[in-house]
Amino acid sequence: MSQNEPTTRRDFLKIGTLASGGLLIAFAAPGKSTSLRSVPGSSITSLNTFLKIGTDNSIHIILSKVEMGQGIWTTLPMLIAEELDCDWRRIQVEHSPPGKAADFLENPVYRSTGGSETTTQEFDRYRRAGATARMMLVQAAAQKLGVHPEDCRTENSYVIAGPKRIRYGEVATEASLLPVPSVQLRAPKDWKLIGKSQKRLDTPEKINGKAVYGIDLHFPGLLTAVVAHSPVFGGTVKSVDATKAKAIRGVRQIVRIPTGVAVLADTFWAAKQGRDALKIDWNLGENATLDTSAQLEDYRQIAKTEGLIIQKKGDVGAALAKAEKTIDATFSFPYLAHAPMEPLNCTVKLTKDNCEVWTGTQSPLLHQAEVATFLGFKPEQIKFYTPYLGGSFGRRGSFSGDWIMEAMHIAKVSGKAVKLVWSREDDIKGGYYRPMYVHTVQIGIGANGLPVALQQRIVGQSLFTNTPLADMLVQKGIDYSSVTTASPYSNSIPDHSFELHTTSVAVPVLPWRSVGSTHTVFVTETLLDELATLAQTDPVAYRRKFFTNHPRHLAALNLAAEKANWDKPLPKGRFRGVAVCEAMGSYVAQIVELSIDEQAIRVHRVVCAIDCGLAVNPDGVRAQMESGIIFGLTAALYGEITLKKGQVQQSNFHDYPMLRMAETPAIDVHLVPSTEKMGGAGEPGVAPIAPAIANALFAATGQRIRQLPIRLGQ
Amino acid sequence: MPAYSLLINGKTYPVDADAQMPLLWVIRELVGLTGTKYGCGIAQCGACTVHLKGAPVRSCSFPVSAVLNQPITTIEGISKDNSHPIQKAWIAEQVPQCGYCQSGQIMSAVALLKTNPQPTDDAIDAAMQGNICRCGTYPRIRKAIKRAAGIPPTPNGQ
Repeated sequence: MSQNEPTTRRDFLKIGTLASGGLLIAFAAPGKSTSLRSVPGSSITSLNTFLKIGTDNSIHIILSKVEMGQGIWTTLPMLIAEELDCDWRRIQVEHSPPGKAADFLENPVYRSTGGSETTTQEFDRYRRAGATARMMLVQAAAQKLGVHPEDCRTENSYVIAGPKRIRYGEVATEASLLPVPSVQLRAPKDWKLIGKSQKRLDTPEKINGKAVYGIDLHFPGLLTAVVAHSPVFGGTVKSVDATKAKAIRGVRQIVRIPTGVAVLADTFWAAKQGRDALKIDWNLGENATLDTSAQLEDYRQIAKTEGLIIQKKGDVGAALAKAEKTIDATFSFPYLAHAPMEPLNCTVKLTKDNCEVWTGTQSPLLHQAEVATFLGFKPEQIKFYTPYLGGSFGRRGSFSGDWIMEAMHIAKVSGKAVKLVWSREDDIKGGYYRPMYVHTVQIGIGANGLPVALQQRIVGQSLFTNTPLADMLVQKGIDYSSVTTASPYSNSIPDHSFELHTTSVAVPVLPWRSVGSTHTVFVTETLLDELATLAQTDPVAYRRKFFTNHPRHLAALNLAAEKANWDKPLPKGRFRGVAVCEAMGSYVAQIVELSIDEQAIRVHRVVCAIDCGLAVNPDGVRAQMESGIIFGLTAALYGEITLKKGQVQQSNFHDYPMLRMAETPAIDVHLVPSTEKMGGAGEPGVAPIAPAIANALFAATGQRIRQLPIRLGQ
Repeated sequence: MPAYSLLINGKTYPVDADAQMPLLWVIRELVGLTGTKYGCGIAQCGACTVHLKGAPVRSCSFPVSAVLNQPITTIEGISKDNSHPIQKAWIAEQVPQCGYCQSGQIMSAVALLKTNPQPTDDAIDAAMQGNICRCGTYPRIRKAIKRAAGIPPTPNGQ
């Protein structure tokens, strides 16, 4: 491609001409980020194109992030289309193609998808790409038509000047040769797409079997591998008897790799049968004593000692001693598996100087760098393709690319093109869980019913220590994800102390949808309910007292309360509970209505209000709230991974159950009209549901819930 | 290895497969139709749902030898152009998120409406209870089934 002069913006655009003619707009990163130093071999280069307009009038939009269900396949194109005035029906969307034709250095961590950040991060950049392309197309068309650019308007992929009109494709090549103009983005009042619900562009191929996920990859000569993993984390193979496995029709090769023994076969079925027929003597190692019951007890003991201070004010000990009324509570949260519906898989085709990888991952560039390091290849020798992700929720964001590296080992040792597929059992037992946590909280209550002293201690593993994000997210030994307690409540408590104990346990952990707020919000929001009860105040009214300087919390709470008819009585046997939180920059309130039928919790309705600032695709935000609520309900009612003698006790959906249709409540989502700063949508809906349920259960039973998953009568 | 002749979406496919090989893997790996998904392998999640003589079965736990001469329909066979009422309703209600489970969801929903064109909520629960969606699209699935059946939504949106 030819190069024109870039603008001097920090995140400047690059313009190019497509080999086949047409306009190409790429984004150039400011350079190699300092946060890369913990990622060996990460000087990945990539041509970061995000808009191509072909001479055939085609519009290709390339995503800087990955689609895993959250809807950016539609939201990011909306941002470009808003400014480009292109034919919405002709847009074709792609994940970033593999890096080749080294163009510039890019920060692979930044190119990861997570933290519900895609839309907020890309809001300006994608609109600017659309606006720049439109301006250049207008200029090229004006020249061709012999009119002034100011006399042109644009619509549906046409430049129009009076009676004359010209297709974008016809002037795309000419446009690509023009200097990069400076552009002004449209004012919100002029938006035609943004803020108005658009149908997802990926729906048509997700309802007829055509959407391609990593697990669907196939080409001649490709073998499927299934791995026998150690039943204990970190265990190694002492000896293996593969006689029976080899006898299974279709089994082609059996190889030892650091994580176990891989069986390669013509089909998954043969490979899995082969894997199950292996007789392996394991050296289970030191983790064979891991036991989550004992670990919970350890955590409780640890919580009795002072931890690393996160935030402290006044003398909490003295203030607690003076308080007339106190609450003394211990909370516990289990390990949780992400269990995305598409089991982990990775396809590798390795030759002596080239490697192609296909896998659904949240971090393609990071994992491309890791593959290059592993093989001793230059990054451009790795072609990394990202198909659709069949869910992820954090699992496919694995910093080590654990399953990808496993596939690399198999490809390298076997010399075969191979598709590694984890069975569901491998997934549930395979670790990389939301960590187990214990919180202990002591609250002293003043005469006015408000808390005057609070000591909170959190015990759990760190998610981000020793990861590429450590520089950003772990400060002075405090992993922000363990302590996202920053609530509107703490600062109004005169004496308080928040403390952290970071534990070291051999169970691998990862961020899990909504990350820290999955436990911290439960503690805060159930205790607020308890404080309200002790103060003999309505839980919504009590919360409002804390929200005088927190208008976004208040707006979400008020809208949810109004829509749930909080002030109106419920039918006999129905009970309500409320919870509010800030997560990923958005403010969410949820109110549940439930009953208890023969000791079973029946959630009838959830009313949810969110202030995420501007909702680019409002129906997408609603879908993510519904999704988060159901994800959070599954965890609240069922989610628990336990270990005995080092072995994970759950294995599949029969003993690690998911919410199903019949248990799903009616969900009403309402968006707070807001011009405040934009927040995320993919994750913030998860956290409030469990405390809202717990608070409704207190209303029903008088029992306070201190432990997840919720078990009535315990 | 035994030879089978499978009638899938109106087309005959000869396959050589172990008698115990689950229909799922025959369809995906021997026939090459990958719209039908693997999710659990133990008939717990429904991602592998196909129709056998019009009735839904969990193909991950159904041996190919038990198919006999019954015709099989997969997600690829319910329409050529997303024109099945269930597919149209899936678009109208914007059901899929990650989309991985949706082939199975759609096959269960299509089978439901075939035997029960006006399903009650309880009938929808019963027919869809075997299909897990980790993205939590259940409320939209319920609405889409009702839309396809021509049942007006209830005031609470379901």
